[in-house]
Amino acid sequence: MAEPFLSIQHVRKSFGANTVVQDFSLDVEPGEFVSFLGPSGCGKTTVLRMVAGFEEPSAGKIVVGGKDITRLKPNQRNVGMVFQAYALFPNLTVAQNIAFGLKVAGMSKQDTDRRVAEMLEMIKLPQMADRYPYQLSGGQQQRIALARAIAPKPKLLLLDEPLSALDAKVRVSLREEIRSIQKKLGITTIFVTHDQEEALSISDRIAVMYGGKAEQVGTPFEIYNRPATKFVANFVGTLNVLEGKVTDAATGKVQVNAQEVSLKGKLNGSKSGDTLSLALRPEAISLARQPGHDTSLSGEIAEVHFLGSVIRVRVGIGDNTVSLDTFNNSTTPPPVVGDKADISFSSGDMLVLH
Amino acid sequence: MKSGKFWAWVTFVLGAAYFFIPLIATLEFSMRMKRGEYSFEAYRVVLGDARFQESFTFSVVAAIFTIILGVLLVVPTAYWIRLRLPQLRPVVEFVTLLPLVIPAIVIVFGYIRMYGSNSPLPFLASGFGTNALLVIGYATLALPYMYRAVDTGLRTIDVRTLTEAAQILGAGWTTIIGRVILPNVLIAVLSGAFLTFAIVIGEFTVASLLNRPAFGPYLQNMGANRAYEPAALAIIAFAITWGCMSLIQVLSRFAPKSASRPN
Repeated sequence: MAEPFLSIQHVRKSFGANTVVQDFSLDVEPGEFVSFLGPSGCGKTTVLRMVAGFEEPSAGKIVVGGKDITRLKPNQRNVGMVFQAYALFPNLTVAQNIAFGLKVAGMSKQDTDRRVAEMLEMIKLPQMADRYPYQLSGGQQQRIALARAIAPKPKLLLLDEPLSALDAKVRVSLREEIRSIQKKLGITTIFVTHDQEEALSISDRIAVMYGGKAEQVGTPFEIYNRPATKFVANFVGTLNVLEGKVTDAATGKVQVNAQEVSLKGKLNGSKSGDTLSLALRPEAISLARQPGHDTSLSGEIAEVHFLGSVIRVRVGIGDNTVSLDTFNNSTTPPPVVGDKADISFSSGDMLVLH
Repeated sequence: MKSGKFWAWVTFVLGAAYFFIPLIATLEFSMRMKRGEYSFEAYRVVLGDARFQESFTFSVVAAIFTIILGVLLVVPTAYWIRLRLPQLRPVVEFVTLLPLVIPAIVIVFGYIRMYGSNSPLPFLASGFGTNALLVIGYATLALPYMYRAVDTGLRTIDVRTLTEAAQILGAGWTTIIGRVILPNVLIAVLSGAFLTFAIVIGEFTVASLLNRPAFGPYLQNMGANRAYEPAALAIIAFAITWGCMSLIQVLSRFAPKSASRPN
């Protein structure tokens, strides 16, 4: 395995008695795009700010390119950062904003002008050089902020919820642009977000954070399909959680509302009589039996929401409610509330949450 | 609704009359130096008086130094309070308000006792030291205005994020304050500077008790001994103050606009 480019080692951060980050470790490969995903207050921004140098870790160290940067000031780290609030300098034009870091680094005027033009081309805003930040839309401002961060050729790019202040359409187009620029430049990037769709769509790996710790680090596929903890399963994507009781631990038999489900090889450590939380993604469930689905449960239609191309159905199975989506078909009327219904799924798609 | 508008106009006219009638009366009186005709004779006499030119120049120079001292003292303080010590803000606000509560005469007597020729810091032992003390005293008197102007300016920008954005781009503190913070609060600083200028030009107590040849004591001296010239001087002083206020208004049009706009 190659030497990690960024290594965050057992980092902890406390503000007085309040510990915000507890023993956080992560290795990031050169050129990798890693997202910190988690709810507000989970410590993701604090870790990012420690990498940037705005917060000093209470314990642990941060190594970039083999050099310990834990105690270095932010202006000595050669790190680029894009902020949620854009943070463009209001008194400077777009070109002057992009040139700021280059001037501070002592680059000649000729080289600075060339690099600024290059950056404006990269973000497809070459005609905006003489505008002031207040004359730009939010999306344009954030593109300029990205160009400003990348212009001095930093070793590492930090993105602190850069899309949160933008509207949905701009958010999607800009996140694709960020990813394509990052791939083109091959710059190692940390992206902080609370939006799971954003994280899943553009990351090489995701660190899902909760309570100051990384609950799980993995590829988007792993995080979504094989969540390691109950929190990850609940936080990433929509999840149906069913309460079940182990009836025969040896053969993997679990009862859900007096109906039997077989979970072979998934009941590690459980014994007969234990209560378990079982999880199913909505897309793994069908209304009625489907080929390849080896398990079914009977229930009653509790809610039906017509959403156009999709019909969202909630089926009550005893005390449990299962949510699933079916495609709209103009020849088949939607299910009716109160009707009896069977749902089916593959037992392999069922997750046991610990 | 109509009645409301009528009373609003009545209030406005009364207020304007209260403000303008004494001013018009002073102006009218200042132009009656020559018997039987209106003239600017009083203004010619005043502006041609060597003592007017000396005292006015002295006060302008004192005002410039006061502004420089005020900016050097207030901008970094207000910036640091906003950035790192927001919990100290009420304390600093209280301290900066003290010159409005404590009369200038108390401050100047304190100075005379503290910095007399026999004290460890004998500011009053030399003309230069006394001038320096005068500037310090003026900076104290202007503190409530300068601090509030700068603090209001800082409130319009995201000090912390702009500082961090500059830091991560490699900037040190001097670059951050000089190229990021100060240009964005320049109009606020200029407002504070013009208010300081207006205060210094008309200040009497400190200059008089420190025995400095400033414009304030000159105004008082003229007022005690002449008839028409003090009225002309009052109008001139008023014009200077208004000029300063107008400049604040003009310059505020050039303020950098905030970039923090939702998409």
